[in-house]
Amino acid sequence: MTDMNPDKARRSASLHRPDARTRRRNAAEKRFRACGLAAILLGLFFLLVLVATILRNGAPAFTRTVLEIELTLSPAQVDAAEAEVFKTRAYAQLFIAALQDQLETRGLDVAFDAGALERIVGQPGGTIRAHFQANPGQIGEPVVFELAASSRVDGYFNGRVSRATLQDSRFLQASDLDLVDALADAGILRRAFNLTFLTGADSGVDNPGGAGIGAALVGSVYMMFVVLALALPIGIAASIHLEEFAPKNRVTDLIEVTISNLAAVPSIVFGILGLAVFIQVLHLPQSAPLVGGLVLTLMTLPTIIISTRAALKAVPPSVRDAALGVGASQMQAVFHHVLPLAMPGILTGTIIGLAQALGETAPLLLIGMVGFVARGYPEGVVAGFTEPNSAMPAQIYTWAARADAGFYDKAWGGIIVLLVFLLTMNLIAILLRRRFERRW
Amino acid sequence: MTFAKQTASILAIVAVSATSAAARDNVQVAGSSTVLPYASIVAQLFGENTDFPTPVIESGGSSAGLKRFCEGVGENTLDVANASRRIRDREIAACAENGVTGIIEVRIGYDGIVFASQRQGPGFTAFTPADIFNALGAKVLKDGAITDNPHRTWAEANADLPQVEIAAFIPGTKHGTREVFEEKVLLVGCEATGALDAMIASGMSRDAAEDACLDVRQDGRSVDIDGDYTETLARIDANPEGVGVFGLAFYENNADRLKVATMGGVAPTTETISSGQYPVSRPLYFYLKKAHIGVIPGLKDYAQFFVHDQIAGPGGPLANYGLVADPDLAKTRARIEGEVTMDSGI
Repeated sequence: MTDMNPDKARRSASLHRPDARTRRRNAAEKRFRACGLAAILLGLFFLLVLVATILRNGAPAFTRTVLEIELTLSPAQVDAAEAEVFKTRAYAQLFIAALQDQLETRGLDVAFDAGALERIVGQPGGTIRAHFQANPGQIGEPVVFELAASSRVDGYFNGRVSRATLQDSRFLQASDLDLVDALADAGILRRAFNLTFLTGADSGVDNPGGAGIGAALVGSVYMMFVVLALALPIGIAASIHLEEFAPKNRVTDLIEVTISNLAAVPSIVFGILGLAVFIQVLHLPQSAPLVGGLVLTLMTLPTIIISTRAALKAVPPSVRDAALGVGASQMQAVFHHVLPLAMPGILTGTIIGLAQALGETAPLLLIGMVGFVARGYPEGVVAGFTEPNSAMPAQIYTWAARADAGFYDKAWGGIIVLLVFLLTMNLIAILLRRRFERRW
Repeated sequence: MTFAKQTASILAIVAVSATSAAARDNVQVAGSSTVLPYASIVAQLFGENTDFPTPVIESGGSSAGLKRFCEGVGENTLDVANASRRIRDREIAACAENGVTGIIEVRIGYDGIVFASQRQGPGFTAFTPADIFNALGAKVLKDGAITDNPHRTWAEANADLPQVEIAAFIPGTKHGTREVFEEKVLLVGCEATGALDAMIASGMSRDAAEDACLDVRQDGRSVDIDGDYTETLARIDANPEGVGVFGLAFYENNADRLKVATMGGVAPTTETISSGQYPVSRPLYFYLKKAHIGVIPGLKDYAQFFVHDQIAGPGGPLANYGLVADPDLAKTRARIEGEVTMDSGI
């Protein structure tokens, strides 16, 4: 063919003018690149939608509607309240009476009664009692309280409840909204930053304003500490032994396969194991972050071992050979040369394992960390391991299942806190990796 | 290797304190997800009003809770099981087998079960048990014969109901609510439509016929919800024509999104439920181990606090949330005061 048309043959051989086949190959390459770019853009789009949804739904959790009011309780009133069985209600009634007095002296032009005020103020008794228990010196003195308003009033301020959707009920009546507006005009009701959400513990289902994720965050931190303290040394020791010292035979092959399989076992299985071994046989306390951490350690270990072995494998054999060549023992070669070089990879694996453990709810379900665990902060550092506590994902799950829509906001807000916690963990890992990174 | 040393010493401290701290100081509760909201309110108030730590309340369903409750006596077992139905004889037997005798029964109040649909949805405003049975039963009476349920729309089950496809979301079998739904709605409807008599006439024994009445159709028009009411609500939100089964308190909390139907002409309210006019209601219970009283700090106090008139009585925080107060609360209190167990026959 080329003999018959030398001109054409020469032209198609030119590097400047691509022939049909080259054009096809170039087109295929372009399509492939476009696909890759589209995949990334699609991923980014979904990430954006996810983050936007979380931020939009979760933002209301970080502010709350508060009633700011000055309250003076006489010692006699406090004594009378303390003599009751249901003390916090006595305090709440004192508060409502004081509020009613103050409103009457101010002369609000809206008619109201104690019932309406009770529907607006939520559950103030616990906060007031706790304050006077902690500061007995302030009894008899005026104290300014900033107390969460009831769930529906809060909903009215953040747009969840409106005059059109409000159904008259014992929770809040449409006529109460006039009073709410008047209180807002008077500056008594306003939106404020919700510190309780970040520092508090869970609250009863009738009190979304008092619920916080702080205690659950502490529970998660304790569990992560247990996981880190156990999984990292055990995981690294196991990987070093398997990778550097163990002979390659059937037994080590079997162990290797088992570890890979364990990494794929559903987490609930580890929960059942934890219940059977740690609680029923070893009699460790229920609902404790120590047990939660142990269960999550079992779950995380395979992930850490697999990634650590991969990191150790990636260190060039020449490094080992050189170390052994100048007379280092095998242990010296591993600890002085191989392990430092593998550290960035090990850290990456560890952080992936920890992140997985942080988001896990299923195994915690079985050891009693999911439900209503509102102990608050542990008394002392060591007690934090054994006192009942929840974990962040468990807390979010619990809130999402509650009837009051106010808790739904809290669940979204909890997701934001969880993500920030996760990002902080990742940031620490990146910083550590930077420090350990060595080039050769 | 200071890090390793520190880690080892911290773990040692934890291990020692874990064994020494084995004396649990909080009440441990698990069981019905229907009782959970009330128990969580009481637990918070108990923590706020007494010097005892806040009890830990787990969910998981009545049956699962009672099963764990019956695992034995000791600090690593439950103190209290919440239940949305009475404990069964075979559960008491299972308890006794594991050494759990001396169970104190506490009835905290009543809970209504309501049928609700989307607020803007079709006009599901009045049901009778017969309507529900005709729409959801596996076998119904049609033209004088027992057949597999042929009804596709609610209007086919009862001409007064809207002409929309049947889609019902009912509690799954692990819920105590399911049992009440079967007994007070399906069985009653089965009798009312004459299906029960027809089944007996066709040669079934009474027990077998009653069991057959409780079967729910399996063709996808009735969906079992194993999760919480929030899941049912999500299904109703996604399906404008769906009808869901809720607890009264849950409905009242979400009255801006849901529309409730009357049952046999009676609207569900705390008044109609406590007077017994509204037919679909059930008592809520919790059970505690007498053997744990005095061992677990605050256990008896928790039980007493729970059924205190200011807490579980009319106008208290539980009634405010949607619990129908028990008129016999004083008797329950006396039973806890005297630590009267179930086997003592009172």
